[in-house]
Amino acid sequence: MARTLKLRIWRGNDEDGALQDVTVEGNNGEVVLDIIHRVQATQMGDLAVRWNCKAGKCGSCSMEINGKPRLACMTQISAYGDDEVITITPLRAFPVIKDLVTDVSFNYKKAMEVRAYEHPADLKPGEARMQQVDVERSQEFRKCIECFLCQDTCHVIRDHEENKKSFAGPRFFIRIAELDMHPLDTLRNRKQTAQSEHGLGMCNITKCCTEVCPEHIRITDNAIIPMKERVVDVKYDPLRWLGSVIRKRDGIL
Amino acid sequence: MAIDTSGTGVFSEGRAKLSARTLRTDKWWLQPLIAFLALFSFIIYATWRAFEGAHYFLSPLISPFYSPCLTTKCVDGSSLLGHWASIGTISPALLILIFPLGFRMTCYYYRKTYYRSFWMSPPACAVAEPHAKYTGETRKPLILQNAHRYFFYAGLVFNVLLTIDAILSFRRPFVGGNIETYPGSVAQAHEVLKWGHMSIGTIVLLANATFLWLYSASCHTCRHTIGGRLRNFSKHPVRYKAWTIVSALNHKHQEFAWVSLVGVAFADIYVRTVSIHPLLNHYFF
Repeated sequence: MARTLKLRIWRGNDEDGALQDVTVEGNNGEVVLDIIHRVQATQMGDLAVRWNCKAGKCGSCSMEINGKPRLACMTQISAYGDDEVITITPLRAFPVIKDLVTDVSFNYKKAMEVRAYEHPADLKPGEARMQQVDVERSQEFRKCIECFLCQDTCHVIRDHEENKKSFAGPRFFIRIAELDMHPLDTLRNRKQTAQSEHGLGMCNITKCCTEVCPEHIRITDNAIIPMKERVVDVKYDPLRWLGSVIRKRDGIL
Repeated sequence: MAIDTSGTGVFSEGRAKLSARTLRTDKWWLQPLIAFLALFSFIIYATWRAFEGAHYFLSPLISPFYSPCLTTKCVDGSSLLGHWASIGTISPALLILIFPLGFRMTCYYYRKTYYRSFWMSPPACAVAEPHAKYTGETRKPLILQNAHRYFFYAGLVFNVLLTIDAILSFRRPFVGGNIETYPGSVAQAHEVLKWGHMSIGTIVLLANATFLWLYSASCHTCRHTIGGRLRNFSKHPVRYKAWTIVSALNHKHQEFAWVSLVGVAFADIYVRTVSIHPLLNHYFF
């Protein structure tokens, strides 16, 4: 069923910009990205928007719709009432390039700071074996499509630009957790560096990353809190420390 | 005076120029407001009750705020573990409440709740917080949140004691009459408690103990301790199985946190009420 949609789309660059009112036709069943493309085709030919798969798997069309970080390709317009004005802005945690496109290079820099998986020296390629129960745990984290909605909504960097230097963000905490839980990864100081280099202690577990994740990864419960507990094991728990000294192992089996 | 956050956070240079702290149109403020009111009400009530120092025992029922009652001020029959301390006229609750309080204060779920609703850091997702600086849990006092596991262990001890209290409430004092009418002292009446009876208070204490066990068992620290810290689930099948069970409970940790909080408050209100009006504690058999 066709309907008339009232939109406010933010247009501008890193120096200036404003919300612009647009009225456009829409049909129930369409998603916000369809509507943006219609606006682009009919009224704003130079409207910049990043997109690719239109299937919620590439993570390109991240933006904020009525103030909520969302994928435009997974947001049905039927979720909004006939009289509701739909406000569309770029991600507000990152610098704007143009219109709805932001510079997310911060995330790639942080990705490079996470040490890669280190394979056991005594296992040749093809010799490694893992049981399904061990694989399943990290498979949840591998669902990440790197849309960076979790990074965008995380108040540690969204509300405090200065923390970007010392805080990796939820997307990279799930990467660190995945590696630290990996039975074959031989790098054993991930817990310490998670706290000292990646800023795990800055997280106050308000769970916004989990709320916005389009892949429904339980970022806080399954990655951040387990990592915080692992950090306690090696940094803040005197009994665990004593146990690891007596038993001559790092405390993680 | 409002803290100036212009030029920081979502208003930083280079980010989309927007004057609104949030563009959310839903009632994002409702959930933190409800949480604030609920927790604030509990804090006020619990503080008043902890200092009241009276109406916490009607044999065999004891309020969870006062169990275990360890001071010489405890009323006759209320000290399950005997008298450990003499702290003058100070309420016995003040000696023990630090442990359950610490468990809840450092709980991962409650942290989320009070950071949002009390400290507004942030008040809701994608709503700018009113603070110019933020260091999270990296400095004192918030770094002490890392002591959560020790409060968890203490909480388990309290769960055991409150479960014993619930089991002991399957007794009835001075069968055939009310303890108030017993011709001897209250202590003597306590000695003639008979097993095999059940009152509304029994159900209240049992429910309270059950909710507390569910809250503790679903705790993130419990999940970590029981198996979460393992790298190789396949080498520890029993712990892996236990971890899957705790993980299932962990999904409901928020619900258990609230239910157990209400349960504790209700159990205390009930014991206080029946300690003033003993006939209200109806015995089923």
